[in-house]
Amino acid sequence: MTPIPSLPSSVDMTALRKVQPRFSGIESGHGACQGCGQALAARLVLEAAGPDVIVANATGCLEIFTTPWPQSAWTVPWIHSLFENVAAVAAGIEVALRAQGRTTRVLAFAGDGGTFDIGFQALSGMLERNHDVFFVCFDNEAYMNTGIQRSGSTPHGAWTNTSPAGRVRQGKRHFKKDLLAIISAHGIPYAATASVAYPSDLRAKVRRALDVSGPSFLLLHSPCPLGWGHDSALTISVDRLAVETGLFPILEMERGQVVSSMKIRNPRPVREYALPQFRFRHLLMDTPEAREELEHLQALADANIERYGLLSEAPGPRDSGGADTIRRGGSRWG
Amino acid sequence: MVEIRIHGRGGQGNVLAAYLLATAAFFEEKFSQAFPSFGAERRGAPITAFVRIDSTPILRRSQVTSPRYLILADDGLLRVPETLSGLSSEGAILVNSPHAPEDLRKRLEEEGIPLVPGLRIATIPATRLAMEALGRPIPNAPLLSAFLSLTGLLSTESLGRAFAGRFSGDLLAKNLALVSSGASLVTENLWKEQPIHA
Amino acid sequence: MRDALEGSQAIARAVALCRPQVVAAYPITPQTHIVEALARLIADGLLEAELVSVESEFSAASVVLGAASAGSRSYTASASQGILLMSEVLYNISGLRVPVVLTCANRAVSSPVSIWNDHQDSMAVRDSGWIQLYCADNQEAVDTTIQAFRISERTELPVMVCVDGFTLTHTLEPIDLPEAGLVDAFLPPFHFSRSLSAARPLTQGTLVSPEFFTEIRSLQHGAFALAEQEILAADHDFANLVGRESGGLLRVEGDREATVGILAMGSVYGTLKDAHRSGLLGRPVRILCLRAFRPFPAGAIREASEGLSDLIVLDRSLSPGSGGIVAHEIRSALYGTGKPPRVVNFVVGLGGRNVPGGIFREMLEALEKNPPAFSFFDLDPGKLPLPKDSVLPTS
Repeated sequence: MTPIPSLPSSVDMTALRKVQPRFSGIESGHGACQGCGQALAARLVLEAAGPDVIVANATGCLEIFTTPWPQSAWTVPWIHSLFENVAAVAAGIEVALRAQGRTTRVLAFAGDGGTFDIGFQALSGMLERNHDVFFVCFDNEAYMNTGIQRSGSTPHGAWTNTSPAGRVRQGKRHFKKDLLAIISAHGIPYAATASVAYPSDLRAKVRRALDVSGPSFLLLHSPCPLGWGHDSALTISVDRLAVETGLFPILEMERGQVVSSMKIRNPRPVREYALPQFRFRHLLMDTPEAREELEHLQALADANIERYGLLSEAPGPRDSGGADTIRRGGSRWG
Repeated sequence: MVEIRIHGRGGQGNVLAAYLLATAAFFEEKFSQAFPSFGAERRGAPITAFVRIDSTPILRRSQVTSPRYLILADDGLLRVPETLSGLSSEGAILVNSPHAPEDLRKRLEEEGIPLVPGLRIATIPATRLAMEALGRPIPNAPLLSAFLSLTGLLSTESLGRAFAGRFSGDLLAKNLALVSSGASLVTENLWKEQPIHA
Repeated sequence: MRDALEGSQAIARAVALCRPQVVAAYPITPQTHIVEALARLIADGLLEAELVSVESEFSAASVVLGAASAGSRSYTASASQGILLMSEVLYNISGLRVPVVLTCANRAVSSPVSIWNDHQDSMAVRDSGWIQLYCADNQEAVDTTIQAFRISERTELPVMVCVDGFTLTHTLEPIDLPEAGLVDAFLPPFHFSRSLSAARPLTQGTLVSPEFFTEIRSLQHGAFALAEQEILAADHDFANLVGRESGGLLRVEGDREATVGILAMGSVYGTLKDAHRSGLLGRPVRILCLRAFRPFPAGAIREASEGLSDLIVLDRSLSPGSGGIVAHEIRSALYGTGKPPRVVNFVVGLGGRNVPGGIFREMLEALEKNPPAFSFFDLDPGKLPLPKDSVLPTS
């Protein structure tokens, strides 16, 4: 066997990387905030999906920051209709393609508002009718486009402008809706969660979702520095903590059954996750109410860890330490 | 133009009866129109359907308020005041009833529901015939064929064709048999009118 | 081919003749028979189309939006609450300039609940950017449905074919269905200039700042001027193939020299024309049948109203606090013309109330008694929770 020759030192690695054909569905130059988790997430999804797709996009930040007429950041065919109908629009595109004998894959993009709440009916109908659509929910856990209001996905105890923390209330009183369980109860072939902190895992899940025939669903945790109130540079590390605390379990489900989960190598306390985020700041106060709510949040994280068996017995390449390519120095395909 | 109103109860196929009559007229190259006046559809609820037959295109789309003929799929509907609304003394009623017309008239009078004097009434036991042939209380075939036989409005063959457009096989055969038996129970052309004109 | 068909069946067959690839709908009385008939045509292999039985009218409209955007001829139908539930998507379809055809089986809007016919549903979405064509009978419903696809695809404006619920949808009558070859000759295969394709990625439905918004809206408005020509051309070309017209933008019948006119929309026209023909009106009357409500053919209305001293406008819907909706627009169209007729607005036939042939003579007689500009003509004061001698607010 011939050994792979090493590159001559005259090759400029940076230049080479730039000329390498790498598909990007969203070009740079769009208007997202610094450190926007959703912009990164959408780019990663499309990078894995490739160019032969049609994207239907629900109303939300992603639509706003990528398409200020007459500009567009999209290099794939893209349509935005409304807030609550993206699943149905995607279903319509899919049946039309089927009728025409085309094989282009259909992606539906929505935020947690367009998925958990106002768009849920259309989504449930689309899943029930078994449309061959890959639905991606960019979950930043509140209505960010309208200025940070609570959604069905907002975590318990989190501050938003409609679940403010005050003298008698400690942020959102209700739980984050267990959407994955609801989605998988439709018996669809593939449903998963992912985090922008774990791009390799995310890409693999996109490819997996597009491999199945029928509906597939990805709940993609995407921090919003503005809405969560963390430094723009901390998007990845904050989202890694969401996973490592157990608050956002990384799972795969097939036909309603959990088939894999990302184990947590070093479980972190929720306090550590809350610390850099304004939305949890009131839980860190030295008051009995704040302590109680933080304990409550910790209990929810612990319950997730127990429910999905998230503790790893030994370090592995796909656990929260191994799959974290950024911490490991950037081996993209690790 | 001949205007007919059919009264019945939900589940008896009264709207279909109206459609069958209009379809039979179509087969004789007449112009016709049939439509229901639906309530919120429920089994057993009173239902009205309308038929118009003419030799020229029919423009009118209002409900039939002064019918020439009434077809009643249930003699109990005679007790509903609206049933006879708009029917003139020159009109005629065909009733699905096991009772003879005179008996029916007498019973109603006893109940304080006198019918217009001179109003022509005919009855046939269509439900019984339907139960015997179909095993279901759908009186359309005998009732409609008796109506056509009485009035000479259309041939019962055209009615048979209309049935053939909706049913097939055994069910069609049974309905066609009912078309024959229904027609044979009444006096042909008893209510015969001049040919339909505009 | 001529056949005795229920209106809904005939409409479904007309839709099938247009070879849609995608049909999406949610059942609502009195639209149901149309979609059921299409489902049977598909089940029997007589129509090759994807039928998407969605979970709401909102999704029905959304599915056809997606399907037409992806390059397939698409059809939906609804009524009443369904049209209102769709309304947000209706605006979206027209704003995106996606060609789609929808049958509205016209029905009242709740509350109070009524499953019966009037025009409140389509009137509620008159500003949604859809072409609206009102059918006088089922033959027109069939022909207009076929024409609607061509109009929609040529103008890139969606078309709502308005058919009176029950009065037309559930009426069986002789109807001529054109031969498939004729329809194919009239209606070319679907082509949407901005269809979604990976080979030519376009971005649609973008955010538009105040800098461009007015211009885009003006283009949409401008398309309706072209639509007037396309509606007339479609009716004309279709008539050349099948030998009958459907009334263009506006039809003028009755006594053209009469100084009194009655304007109607939808199936009431037939009863009105019948009353005229049967001599029930008692005086010469010019009959105006408005087929196109959007685009609103102000020019044709002005022309048709020339020489009239009085014009009765029948409305089968209501803008509470204002009055009839059609009359409002008719007055607006006639305002500023040399000698506009007095426009008297009668609301009739709300929520399925029968409109008998005798009512028109009563209206004409009411003209002599200086009627208010707007009134509920067939209102029965005895049914109101007021003493009969109370003064009723009628204008």
